[in-house]
Amino acid sequence: MIIEIDKLNLYYGDFHALKNVNLSIPERSVTAFIGPSGCGKSTLLRTLNRMNDTIPGVRIEGDVTIQGRNIYASETEVEVLRKRVGMVFQQPNPFPKSIYDNVAYGPKLHGRMKKAELDELVERSLRAASLWNEVKDVLKKSAWSLSGGQQQRLCIARALAVEPDILLMDESTSALDPISTTKIEELTRELSKKYTIVMVTHNMHQAARISDRTVFFLNGEVVEAADTQTLFSSPVDQRTEDYISGRFG
Amino acid sequence: MNLPATDIRTAPAEKAPKRQRHIAEEFRGKFYVYFCVLLMIVIIFSIVYFIASRGLAPFIANGVSVKEMLFGLKWNPEGDPAAFGALPFLFGSFATSLLAAVIAAPLGFCASVFMTEIMPKFGKTLLQPAIELLAGIPSVVYGFVGLSVIVPFLRDTFPGQGIGILAGALVLSVMILPTITTIATDALRSLPSGLKEGSYALGATRWQTISRIILPTTLPSLLTGVVLGIARAFGEALAVQMVIGNAPHIPHSLFESATTLTSIITLEMGNTTSGSLHNNALWSLALILLLMTFVFVFVVRVLERRVKR
Ligand SMILES: Nc1ncnc2c1ncn2[C@@H]1O[C@H](COP(=O)(O)OP(=O)(O)OP(=O)(O)O)[C@@H](O)[C@H]1O
Ligand SMILES: [Mg+2]
Repeated sequence: MIIEIDKLNLYYGDFHALKNVNLSIPERSVTAFIGPSGCGKSTLLRTLNRMNDTIPGVRIEGDVTIQGRNIYASETEVEVLRKRVGMVFQQPNPFPKSIYDNVAYGPKLHGRMKKAELDELVERSLRAASLWNEVKDVLKKSAWSLSGGQQQRLCIARALAVEPDILLMDESTSALDPISTTKIEELTRELSKKYTIVMVTHNMHQAARISDRTVFFLNGEVVEAADTQTLFSSPVDQRTEDYISGRFG
Repeated sequence: MNLPATDIRTAPAEKAPKRQRHIAEEFRGKFYVYFCVLLMIVIIFSIVYFIASRGLAPFIANGVSVKEMLFGLKWNPEGDPAAFGALPFLFGSFATSLLAAVIAAPLGFCASVFMTEIMPKFGKTLLQPAIELLAGIPSVVYGFVGLSVIVPFLRDTFPGQGIGILAGALVLSVMILPTITTIATDALRSLPSGLKEGSYALGATRWQTISRIILPTTLPSLLTGVVLGIARAFGEALAVQMVIGNAPHIPHSLFESATTLTSIITLEMGNTTSGSLHNNALWSLALILLLMTFVFVFVVRVLERRVKR
C-alpha cells in the first residue's frame, strides 16, 4: 500500500468536509473516486499532495502516510512531497511558455541539469504522455497554441517530468472532447504500469473502464471502497447501489 | 386552433404605440451618445489643433530650426540673437521621469506581490488604501514635502545644494507609485489561479512561482503600469519645479540644479504676451509634451496587445 489514510478529518472553517476517512491505495494501479458533487473527492485528493495548505481556515486531523512517511509531519517538506506526488487539474493549465519550457519547468525547479539530459527528459516525458509525435517539430511554440486535449496531455507530461511515483488527476477529462478523453483514458491505463494513479471522475463508465479500485464517497465519508468489478457488480452498501444505478447524484 | 389566428390579427394594432415609444427612446439614447462622442472628438481636436498651430509657428513663421530646438543647449528666446535650445529641458524631463520609474517600479512590484501573494488580507485592508491615498495627495504637497524633507536630506548627505535631478526623481517616484502598484496589483489578481496551482503542484516554492511564473506572465501589464507612471511623471510640473532648482542647463551630476519642460512652461508663460515669439516657443515645448504623450499611449497600446495574446 503506497498511500495509507488513517482517521482523516478535514474542516474548512466550521464545515466538516472529510469525516473519519480510512483508506489504503495500492501501488501501480488506478484508483477512482466517485460520488455526487460536493462530497469531498477533490478535497481528499488535494490532501494527498497538500494543495489544501494554501487555503485559509483549513484544519486537518489524522494521518496520511505515503511510502511510509507521514506527509503531515512537521519535518515533511511540501516541495519534496509534491515532486513525488504529481497532479493534473480539471482545466488544462499549461504555463504561457513554450511546449519545451512547460515540460522542463519542473525538473529545472529541482536542480540544474545539462542541456542534453534535459532534452532527453523532455522527450521521454512527452512520449510517456503520448504527445511527442504531435509536437516534436514545434517544441518552441507556445503551449497555448495547442488544442485542449493536447494541452491536457502536455500537463501530464509536465507532471511526469519531475519523475513522481503518484499521479493525482482531478476530473482531468471533463473539459475535453470524446476523442481526447479516450486518448487520456488509454494513457492512464498505460501509465498505471509505472505509476500509482488516483483519479476523481464524475463519469461512472470512465471509472468502470479504467480503474482497478473504486471508492464511493457521500457527504465527506467513504461509503465503500472495493475492486472496481466488485463495486459495480455487487455493491455491499445500499447507498452505493442507489448511486451507481443512477437513483441519485 | 382559432385563438392564435385572432391574436396575430389584433396584435399589430395593440402594439403599435408601444413600438413607437421604443423607437423614440432608442433615438433619444442614440442622440445623446453620438452627441457626447462628437463633443469629445471636437474638444480633443481643438486642443491638438491649438497647440500645434501655436507650437509650429516658431518653426514656420520665425525660421527656428527643429534641430536647434531639439539639440540646442542655449535657451534665450528674448535675447539677441534669440536662442531656442530645449535640450536641457528635454534631458531634465527624461532623466527625472525615467529615474523615478527606476526607483518606483521595483517598490510597486514588491508592494503588489506582497498584497496579492503574501498577505492578501493585510494588503487589501491597509496597504492598498494607503497607496491609493498617495494618489489623492495634491502635487503641491508633494513638492512642499520634497522641499522640506528630501532636499535638506540630500544636501546633508551628498555634495551640492540638494536640489536637482535626484530630488525631482524621488518626489516623482512617490507620486507615480500608486499608478504602478495599482496596475500591477490588478494584473496579479487577474492571473488565472490554475497557473499558480500548476506551479505549486510541481513542487515549486512560493518565490520560484513568483519569479518564474507570476512575474513573467504579467510582465506586459507591469510594464504598462510603468509606462503610465513615466507619462504621469513626464507631465508633472509643480512638484518637480519646487525641488529641481530650475537652472536651464544640463547638469553634471544628480545633485546639481536642472529643469524640465513643464517647469519652464509654468515659470515663463506668465512673463510673455500671447502671440509673441517667446510665447509661441513655449507652445512648441507643449507640443513636444503632447507628442511624447502620444508615444506613451502608443507604447501602452502595444503592451496591451501583448497581454491579450
Ligand atoms: N476552499 C473551500 N472553502 C470552504 N469550503 C470548501 C472549499 N472547497 C470545498 N469546500 C466544500 O467542501 C465540500 C467538498 O468539496 P470538494 O471540492 O471536495 O467536492 P467534490 O466532491 O470534488 O465536488 P465536485 O464533484 O463538484 O468537484 C463542498 O461542500 C464544498 O462546498
Ligand atoms: Mg471536485
